[in-house]
Amino acid sequence: MAVAVTDRIEKRILLQASRARVWKALTDAMEFGEWFGVRFEGPFVAGAPLHGVIVPTQADADVAKLQQPYQGRAFDITVDRIEPQRLFSFRWHPYAIEPGIDYSKEPTTLVVFTLEEQPGGINLTVTESGFDQIPLDRRAKAFAANEGGWAKQMTLIEKHLAHSA
Amino acid sequence: MRTQRNLGAKAQIADSATVFFALGDETRLGLVSRLCDGGPTSITRLTESFDMTRQAITKHLRVMEAAGLVRRTQRGRESLWLIEPKRLADAQRHLELISAHWDGALLRLKRFVEG
Repeated sequence: MAVAVTDRIEKRILLQASRARVWKALTDAMEFGEWFGVRFEGPFVAGAPLHGVIVPTQADADVAKLQQPYQGRAFDITVDRIEPQRLFSFRWHPYAIEPGIDYSKEPTTLVVFTLEEQPGGINLTVTESGFDQIPLDRRAKAFAANEGGWAKQMTLIEKHLAHSA
Repeated sequence: MRTQRNLGAKAQIADSATVFFALGDETRLGLVSRLCDGGPTSITRLTESFDMTRQAITKHLRVMEAAGLVRRTQRGRESLWLIEPKRLADAQRHLELISAHWDGALLRLKRFVEG
């Protein structure tokens, strides 16, 4: 029912690339940073926290423009599991958008990437769960703050989809 | 103009917070689920299925009523509670926004590995 859905997001995408290519783009911290728009201080190590800062993505000029105001903001994750070629997961603070706030004591959400072989490529699934544990005022604040930016981003996505269709 | 916008944003935060507060409790989530599945339900039937006092259930329903998630309707002598689907959908929109964020990130990844 609708209720259960407030805790979790699940997304799938077919990537026309080899498993090794996708795995590297996800788990090489430098490569991850390039498409995601973050620069990490070091490599991903299972169980270890890793500090990074937001840098505009190299993969999309329009999105890069949207990320510009957040440039230099702290972006901290704790790597969870690395199961070679199959599963990569980390924890983070999903609404950590306000500068000068210590989010370290707040609960995190868990992001899990899984790779599955498909005819024509790799089926990548990403799930993010644990939203129901996030403080309510944080959710509400982030919601209000991000609505405009994300709505804009959605329009960009539609544009890209139209391009590649 | 600026002040007006700030006020608007503040009101929106307060508004969302009320809904999240109303949903941020196991019993209340259970009540929402029960009303979604079962349609309009009397307080007597709700009390039976939750093994709580009538007063406790009523208190939870009032919190949700204040957030606009449920409302009351009269059928004969009985008062029934029912869900406000639109309000519930509003509460879920914040996840859709995060969801859209992931759509964008995954499309960038797609380009990155396929390019």
